[in-house]
Amino acid sequence: MITKRIIACLDVHAGRVVKGVKFVDIVDAGDPATQAARHAREGADEIVLLDITATHEGRATLLDTVRRTARELFVPFCVGGGIRTARDAEQVFEAGADKVSVNSAALADPTLIDAIGRSFGAQAVVVAIDARRDKTAADPVRDAEVFVQGGRKPTGRRVVEWAREAEQRGAGEILLTSMDSDGTRAGFDCELTAAVSEAVGIPVIASGGAGTVPHFIDVFGRGKADAALAASIFHFGISTSRGLKEELQRAGVSMRLPC
Amino acid sequence: MIAVIDYKAGNLTSVLKALRHLGAEVEVTDADLGLVERAERIVLPGVGHFAATRRLDDTGLTGAIRAAIARGVPFLGICVGMQWLYSGSTEAPEQPGLGAFPEQCTRFTEGTEKIPHVGWNSLEVRERSRLLAGVEPGEFVYFTHSYKGPVTGDTAAITEYIEPFSAAVERGNVMGVQFHPEKSGETGLNILRNFLEARA
Repeated sequence: MITKRIIACLDVHAGRVVKGVKFVDIVDAGDPATQAARHAREGADEIVLLDITATHEGRATLLDTVRRTARELFVPFCVGGGIRTARDAEQVFEAGADKVSVNSAALADPTLIDAIGRSFGAQAVVVAIDARRDKTAADPVRDAEVFVQGGRKPTGRRVVEWAREAEQRGAGEILLTSMDSDGTRAGFDCELTAAVSEAVGIPVIASGGAGTVPHFIDVFGRGKADAALAASIFHFGISTSRGLKEELQRAGVSMRLPC
Repeated sequence: MIAVIDYKAGNLTSVLKALRHLGAEVEVTDADLGLVERAERIVLPGVGHFAATRRLDDTGLTGAIRAAIARGVPFLGICVGMQWLYSGSTEAPEQPGLGAFPEQCTRFTEGTEKIPHVGWNSLEVRERSRLLAGVEPGEFVYFTHSYKGPVTGDTAAITEYIEPFSAAVERGNVMGVQFHPEKSGETGLNILRNFLEARA
């Protein structure tokens, strides 16, 4: 039976894993290659590395980080942040990533999705969407507004409509972050996740709001997510993906175990 | 030396990395027929569209691979590389496969589940498989695909998603896996190790 995936996410700045909310209170949390290997060993089904500063000058550092991280990693490995062109994506693939995640650049030029998919296959393109519910819209959930630049800039695009376009252009997966839930540790936005998951035929990865095991049970059930991003939960009582997955399995969610 | 065939269908980095991690001497080629002739083993990776395998015909690699297989050289196709072992795929009906297995690959039936099939799924291994020796019942491997080969007498492992399909095929020295052993943790590395140890 296909299992639900727990994806460990590493935020990276200048070659180091950092913790902290956006750009505030950043704390150094180690070497990306070491951290990724540890997560894989501890049962993560996949690793995402996000370059949170993504400056042009930082590209060489990022590629070096990707190369070092990929070297001993034998689970799927996705890299996002600052990928603006098909050439940027190609360099990240050559450095050892299996997938790239694109966000702002895909909204600025949606043909970027087509271009990367044509060269590397749909399975290699993850479209990351940051969305916030829009109380003024007829349907605040399906019409949640899409934001870019780390959630700072509204685009006027609607989440379900943009997810469908991304799929049609050849995205292989959607990484959906609820800006309303992100950082709250009060649970995923299951209604938002379900709205997108039901609207597309490709897998949806839920992100934002995880704080407890029941939050994951909820997003895999009611939220219809295919995978969920776990980040800060590992600092609050549950120390590993394996621990999280064992609890989820006991609750009836199918997981890759033993792992 | 292992020849890894590049037919410009996606990214080879992960496959090369896994084979080298296991100590294999690997060379990549997109047209060198001599290299394929000298190879002790051949790996055909591939993600993306079945139509990309046309390049194998255009470069003459199809003939070189067919001859190597006839000499008993162990061959492993991964993902689209496995599908190519069949007579073709409905993804690109005009493009023939190698035809080592006479069936056709087809798309998952629409309606009940998401397509592509992405994620970790379990293997039901048939006993006689050399490639999957040591893989315990229910071990998980990583898939990402929309087309698949049918379950036949050559099926080495079955996986269920929407319907049962061939997760691995094996007949003598001809082997294929629909999943990505290079992305399937220790289970995947063990399978690649079995391939590296397979004798002609």
